Amino acid sequence: MTANPPSAELATPDPLLSVRDLSVRFDTAEGPVHAVDGVSFDLKAGEILGLVGESGCGKSTLARAILRLVEPRAGSISLAGSDITHLSRRQLRGVRRQVQMVFQDPYSSLAPRWTVAELLTEPLVIHGVGDRAERRRHVGDLLDKVGLPADAAQRYPHEFSGGQRQRLGIARALALDPRLVVLDEPVSALDVSVQAQILNLLVELQRQSDIAFLFISHDLSVVEYLSDRVAVMYLGQIVEIADRDSLWRHPSHPYTRALLQAIPGNPPPSADDALKIEGDLPSPIAPPPGCRFHTRCPYAEQRCRIDNPALRTVAPGHQAACHLMRLS
Amino acid sequence: MSLLDVKNLSISFATPRGRLAAVRDLSFSLKAGETLALVGESGCGKSLTALALLGLLEPPAVMEGNGIFLEGRNLLTLDEPTLRSLRGSRIAMIFQEPMTALNPVLTVGEQIMEVITEHEGGGRRAARARAVALMEKVRIPDAERRFAEYPHRLSGGLRQRVMIAMALACSPAVLIADEPTTALDVTIQAQILDLIGTLKRENGTAVLFITHDLGLVGQHADRVMVMYAGRVVEERTAADLFADPLHPYTRGLIAARPGLGGSGRRERLMEIPGTVPGLGAMPVGCAFSPRCAFADDLCRSTVPTSIDQAGGRIACHHSEGIHDREPAIRRIGNS
Amino acid sequence: MAFPDSLILSADGTGSHPRFALLRRLLRRPSALCGLVLMAAILAMAVLAHPLYPDDPLDMVAAPFLHPGTDAAFPLGSDMLGRDLAAGIFHGARISLLIGVVAALVSLVIGIGIGALSGYYGGRIDAGLMRLTELFQTIPPFLFSLAIVAILQPSIATITGAIGITAWPGLARLVRAEVLKLRHSELVEASISLGASDARIILLHILPNVLAPIVVSASILVASAILSESSLAFLGLGDPNVVSWGGMVGAGREVIRTDWYVATIPGIAILAAVLALNLLGDGLNDALNRKGQRR
Repeated sequence: MTANPPSAELATPDPLLSVRDLSVRFDTAEGPVHAVDGVSFDLKAGEILGLVGESGCGKSTLARAILRLVEPRAGSISLAGSDITHLSRRQLRGVRRQVQMVFQDPYSSLAPRWTVAELLTEPLVIHGVGDRAERRRHVGDLLDKVGLPADAAQRYPHEFSGGQRQRLGIARALALDPRLVVLDEPVSALDVSVQAQILNLLVELQRQSDIAFLFISHDLSVVEYLSDRVAVMYLGQIVEIADRDSLWRHPSHPYTRALLQAIPGNPPPSADDALKIEGDLPSPIAPPPGCRFHTRCPYAEQRCRIDNPALRTVAPGHQAACHLMRLS
Repeated sequence: MSLLDVKNLSISFATPRGRLAAVRDLSFSLKAGETLALVGESGCGKSLTALALLGLLEPPAVMEGNGIFLEGRNLLTLDEPTLRSLRGSRIAMIFQEPMTALNPVLTVGEQIMEVITEHEGGGRRAARARAVALMEKVRIPDAERRFAEYPHRLSGGLRQRVMIAMALACSPAVLIADEPTTALDVTIQAQILDLIGTLKRENGTAVLFITHDLGLVGQHADRVMVMYAGRVVEERTAADLFADPLHPYTRGLIAARPGLGGSGRRERLMEIPGTVPGLGAMPVGCAFSPRCAFADDLCRSTVPTSIDQAGGRIACHHSEGIHDREPAIRRIGNS
Repeated sequence: MAFPDSLILSADGTGSHPRFALLRRLLRRPSALCGLVLMAAILAMAVLAHPLYPDDPLDMVAAPFLHPGTDAAFPLGSDMLGRDLAAGIFHGARISLLIGVVAALVSLVIGIGIGALSGYYGGRIDAGLMRLTELFQTIPPFLFSLAIVAILQPSIATITGAIGITAWPGLARLVRAEVLKLRHSELVEASISLGASDARIILLHILPNVLAPIVVSASILVASAILSESSLAFLGLGDPNVVSWGGMVGAGREVIRTDWYVATIPGIAILAAVLALNLLGDGLNDALNRKGQRR
């Protein structure tokens, strides 16, 4: 299979995933935390959307809300045009075939006492797919797809290395042929030499089918390598979302620029553009009023302290939320 | 003048089945004002090396060698009280996770003071003033107020600054930074590494920077040692290493990393097949040979010795001819 | 200090099945081994009771107050009614173990059920079930069992039930706490996102991972059920149709000054059974937790 030609994209007006004004709130002992606060974005079939941000920015919570692992407070999530925000757990089970997740630590998401064959057939058993022989064949296909030997089927997760375990996690997510896979920091726990193996695998899988990835990472180099589009999150909100090239060439939000400059070996284009942001991430329990980035932003003005900027279109397909950006 | 000289250091674990070597024949020296990076993947022995330099190895780990000379004194021959007096004052360490290295029931200020009074004595008032000054020096905003905070009340970045303040309290000659920014976010990471660099220049401290992230090394180290399975496979200046890595493992590490290896979007990244061997399953010959595209019978039978080459040291049988074998290696980004 | 993974694997011998590893670790502990041997002995007594003493142990077969060791046919002597003490001990083992194990099973089912539902669903279900648990905890379990047995007439079934339904609150809290820990783990999140039903998640993914503390408390539950049964029987609330260790102690109480052995011998049997189960529980705790540490 090849990538969708442009005409096919036009023929399907509904994006695969559409998130609108999504908010998630946690009640903690110290007060409510708005982990995700009014996030909207679309994801097309076959697209890879990278979601970057520092720890505590809400990217993992957003992922879990899309999978309905945490309950959103407000907003909506639509999958292929149908609203799944308010489906009951029972109704959701059909939807789950289409959206799967890959976790950061494959070891903690794989039952330790189960063999690989058992782990990989579980999704099929749950959804009543195939008979015994078909399932066994399917396990073989999945292992082959993620580059593991067929004899892996009879082994236990602890017998595999970190990279191989992540291959298992990916194989399990692919078992039901989903249309969207959410990957939460899938390579962060791996050594560099092994990271490359997993990244290559993801690229290969995406080329073979029109599967879409929501790829969450704090590592901008990895996101740049893999993504079609990139969304940058800061304290529960998307501050910039754009095509990868547009974002890398013309970052519009000061936070995005600081993030890009913080990539090792990625010095600012000129001394004028050098932007070192000071201080720490404010507590998500009491986010700053106005623009949430103003406490660390070297350009902040009076209105930034009062008014939270909305996402505005900077260029076609490129939106950012900053009062001060130069519109091109 | 070299502040730290390590000569043929080996670390092994005593097990019922015999010795398992974790670090083999490690030698290097570290000059004042220099940052030497020790780079490798998990399990390569880099953190054990840090513990050994501080004399903090515990059984079943055993170290041997021709000496660890700190400002001329051989740490291997010193007794524990002497070592203790050197730790924190002449050689200090910053850990990866400051939360576990700080005492949760003492305020951060008290912990900095403790280091000062422990090594230099003196009155509490003087120590307090020094502690506040140190907190300001590591750019902790509002130091006077933060003095009385407990570690869990501070952010990860501030905690790491407190650790740096403690490490620098007695102006050590050598600072070991073991993955100092791995637990931190990228924007904070840049701040902390810049701070370590500035303090190093101001005080002429020698820094041993231990990391798994080759990407950080280019900007923050003068020299680099790449470690694989307990051995240093390549030691070069940072500029040389990135311009023209000569050991196949180093080449693989750089090419495997998106953003460093110059791979375009979704171009196939160079993979290093397989995984790091376990201590109990070290291959005969060059430890990298099972994963190396150039390995031949010589590699599989004989451990390569470190030879001087291209302004550094490389331990590979084929490093001299590596360009003929792999002319197509992509231009390495970063300069 | 950091210990490389590879070393641990190679030092332990890879590829051995976890279950046998647990047994090996258990046998390596002297106290657990003692518990195991004692327990095996008591089990053997229960199994051999009928073959060795086919007659009703409540029959009068000898002269009263036959001291132990005076008649080879009655090695443990006889009580004031001339009943064979050895036959009583052997048959008593059956009753004690039966009531102990079944009562513990009743507690396990209730405790695991309530704890798992409470921890997994949280919210109102949790609040309701925990209030119920607290209600049960405010009444001393033994007095509670006593009242139930007194009202319902003592029989093996009522005694077992009365002990079983009063002993579960501690276990329910333990299970709830463990389930709560796993509820938001990636293991459970992964199963939910595969579309697994709640029952499947609880039974296949959560409970097997809280098995260790459950196994440990199960052995303690059996021990305390044996003690409770003995206490009830001692107070005269045993099943009058069967012989029980507690009942034997109760009967021997009146003659303890003159014929000490009548109460002491069944007392030692109770002690041995409870001790064996506690040693076993401790051993299992160590063995299972050590496994947890190294994963």
